[in-house]
Amino acid sequence: MCKGGNRLTCQKHNGDGVTDELFRAEGLSKTYPGVRANDEVSFSVAAGEIHALLGENGAGKSTLVKAIYGLIRPDAGRMWLGGVPHAPSDPHAARAAGVGMVFQHFSLFDALTVAENIALGMDAPPRRADLSRRIAQVSAAYGLPLNPARRIESLSAGERQRVEIVRCLLGNPRLLIMDEPTSVLTPQEAEILFATLRQLAAQGTAILYISHKLDEIRTHCDRATILRQGRVVGTVNPRDHSARELAAMMVGAEMRLVDRSGRQAGAVVLTVAGLTSAPATEGTSLQDVGFQIRAGEILGIGGVAGNGQEELIAALSGETTGRPGTVVLDGHDLSAQGPEPRRRAGLLAAPEDRLGHAAVPEMSLTENAILTGATRQQLQRRGVIDHRAARRFAETIIADFDVRTPGPATAAGALSGGNLQKFVIGREILQAPRALVVNQPTWGVDAGAAAAIRQALLDLAGRGAAVVVISQDLDELLELSDRFAALNAGRLSAPVATEGLTLEQIGLMLGGAHGMEVAHVAA
Amino acid sequence: MLRLEPRAATPWWLAVASPLMAVVATMVAGGVLFALMGFDPVASIRTIFWDPLFGPASGYSRPQLLVKAGPLILIASGLAIGFRAGIWNIGAEGQYIIGGICGAAVALAAYPAEGAWIFPAMVLAGAAGGWAWGMIPATLRNWTGASEILVSLMLVYVAQRVAAWMAFGPMRSPEGFGMPGSRNLQHYPSAANPELMAGTGAHWGVVAAALAVLATWFLMSRHIRGFRIRVAGLAPRAARFAGVRPETLVAFCLGLSGALAGMAGLFEVSGPGGQITDSFGSGYGFTAIIVAFLGRLHPLGILLAGLLLALTYIGGELAQLMLQLPAATVQVFQGMLLFFLLGFDTLTRYRLRWRGTK
Ligand SMILES: Nc1ncnc2c1ncn2[C@@H]1O[C@H](COP(=O)(O)OP(=O)(O)OP(=O)(O)O)[C@@H](O)[C@H]1O
Ligand SMILES: [Mg+2]
Repeated sequence: MCKGGNRLTCQKHNGDGVTDELFRAEGLSKTYPGVRANDEVSFSVAAGEIHALLGENGAGKSTLVKAIYGLIRPDAGRMWLGGVPHAPSDPHAARAAGVGMVFQHFSLFDALTVAENIALGMDAPPRRADLSRRIAQVSAAYGLPLNPARRIESLSAGERQRVEIVRCLLGNPRLLIMDEPTSVLTPQEAEILFATLRQLAAQGTAILYISHKLDEIRTHCDRATILRQGRVVGTVNPRDHSARELAAMMVGAEMRLVDRSGRQAGAVVLTVAGLTSAPATEGTSLQDVGFQIRAGEILGIGGVAGNGQEELIAALSGETTGRPGTVVLDGHDLSAQGPEPRRRAGLLAAPEDRLGHAAVPEMSLTENAILTGATRQQLQRRGVIDHRAARRFAETIIADFDVRTPGPATAAGALSGGNLQKFVIGREILQAPRALVVNQPTWGVDAGAAAAIRQALLDLAGRGAAVVVISQDLDELLELSDRFAALNAGRLSAPVATEGLTLEQIGLMLGGAHGMEVAHVAA
Repeated sequence: MLRLEPRAATPWWLAVASPLMAVVATMVAGGVLFALMGFDPVASIRTIFWDPLFGPASGYSRPQLLVKAGPLILIASGLAIGFRAGIWNIGAEGQYIIGGICGAAVALAAYPAEGAWIFPAMVLAGAAGGWAWGMIPATLRNWTGASEILVSLMLVYVAQRVAAWMAFGPMRSPEGFGMPGSRNLQHYPSAANPELMAGTGAHWGVVAAALAVLATWFLMSRHIRGFRIRVAGLAPRAARFAGVRPETLVAFCLGLSGALAGMAGLFEVSGPGGQITDSFGSGYGFTAIIVAFLGRLHPLGILLAGLLLALTYIGGELAQLMLQLPAATVQVFQGMLLFFLLGFDTLTRYRLRWRGTK
């Protein structure tokens, strides 16, 4: 009886108690080997509300929304959507019931174009021309620019996210789930997204929103349900609490502040000069990128994803090699060397995409420790793998970086997003690099763990390493770096001291980045 | 409506059970097929799967098991490494033929000299020939991006022509009364690859197959190179990050599987086969693909799968002899085995669900 027509009035007749309740869960539980991911979770979401799900890494947020989206089946508990029992056996059924979801990790096919990926995600894809037109409409209406003909392979994380969001909006969901959609977006891009969400909420769509950015949640969300170790500890109005209070509720303890003291700049460790990548058919090619960084120093590189970040980290990690003299570490020219010789020399890197690039999801944490630690940690002798040493190294990473997991035999893909990120960053830091390059080091990491990772990076610099942090999070860059440079359309600005740098000045340095222009158009 | 739904996780026992279920399903389907053709299904299946090992004539057929399984296991061990890395060498048959020709060439050039160096030199030449034949698709893929699947497969037909040319031309035996085919190497002591222990069927190729099983197990589960091969198959970007150069990997996998196939060819031509003929290739290179997959790309699995497929060869011949089953029986069985394996494999990753249409 509720098909079509006005959903809101329909809710009023169906709802039991709460007048405009759209979704309700009662007693949802899900156990994985060794972990109780969800423990009797009950909460409800109203139509037209932006509802936040808060919790530490591994608190069970993704598990909960996966159950709503039909990706996993809860062991116990019930759900209702629009007053009708909701027990989707697969995402197809969930979508048919009106649930849409944007994932924490992208579920896109690299080799296909934007339009093809969107068509694949739809249950009844329209003809190609119609689809392109609808993509254009939705992108324009919500300020999410996309070129339907580009291949996913060439898109940055931020752009991939956009594809996922547009794909979802094309299905007209009445409950839209977003699992950490802003982790890889710039503040400007995030503002645009929230404008979109507001617009959707005003039309009566309920939005279930997961994020670790507490300020964002406080400004934009109507209610927040807080999870701790799989259990609901409460539902609050986030506007009534400070970020610190919210964090304390999640963790059950106070957060610590980052300590920048005790570092001294030493001799030049890493020199990058005239780095120019071959003009790529897709993506951004680097244009004469150069910088120097000293021991004990942290260089922050800001900019919107897709401006050459991926290419820069590939050029530094050794995945792409360059002309002589472009990458020099401690006086040794590493330009022509691949990743392994660079690691041996002390130049380490951690790419942003943890699933499939920085780590192999199907392999255990022990094996993932071997992935980059084989040489420097002596996990192999003359090519023969020392599995016990590898397990010990994995255990050390897990302990030192507070990775929440049953143990080193767990597959990397079974870790929560933030915990895998801690593992990946920890794996590189614990190898005591001379120079470390990280891209989006705290992507999807909860506030407490983000502070711990930042502190670990500062401590690494304190021990005399040179650290390059590539990030879209300006607050993070200001908090960490001694000098700041902007990466724009493959060009790197001259680094300037961070001390005394204002957000306006940074905005000017970043000006002209294509993502920023987009922000103006849409605003 | 019947639908396939992805499973969240594959239970480990399903991964082991699916090859076993494929074997059983092949027997059942084969029995039905024989019944339809008017043969006694139970007797046919027993003749193929039981009699070669335990039947009245098993004294003759049992040694054949190792003779047939040796080359299958040797070739499949190499193929499995590439398959793990997502590099598809479909042309082991061609590398087998060229390896056999190159090994035989050394022997024929040395004839009639005797010496302990001859056989090892033949093995090296066989491996080198197979390696070179495998490097053709590798090089073309690295330089031009050509699909190694198509190139390696098409090179099989080239290799078959080369074998025919050799048998009729340069290698034709001067004492063969004009018949095509080279000298029989079994009659040339320094080049012969005889049965090492009477009644076992084991020749040097079987020894090499056993060593290959051990070596590939060590490589894939203990050595950093094997580890990186697995990474490349699971996550190519992570492999590049770990320091794997895709070009090197393509060359390594195609070269290694080519070399092992080439050695298998040499052991065959110097042993059970005896000579290069115009139909030297006997399909081992193709059957080895089934062996590799049936064995889950795992050395131990390949060992068992190799023995099983060897059994279908011998059993098929026996059935042909005793029951006058058609000669194509063996191929039908091997084809069904792969077909059912792929089918049951789908069920390890998806589950069947009955669902009414909406
Ligand atoms: N497929 C799986 N197999 C085994 N354990 C899993 C699996 N998926 C999740 N877990 C475990 O369940 C718990 C909850 O994970 P979940 O992904 O829901 O966390 P999360 O709250 O989304 O964290 P994050 O903020 O880091 O994304 C974690 O301890 C995780 O290790
Ligand atoms: Mg999550």
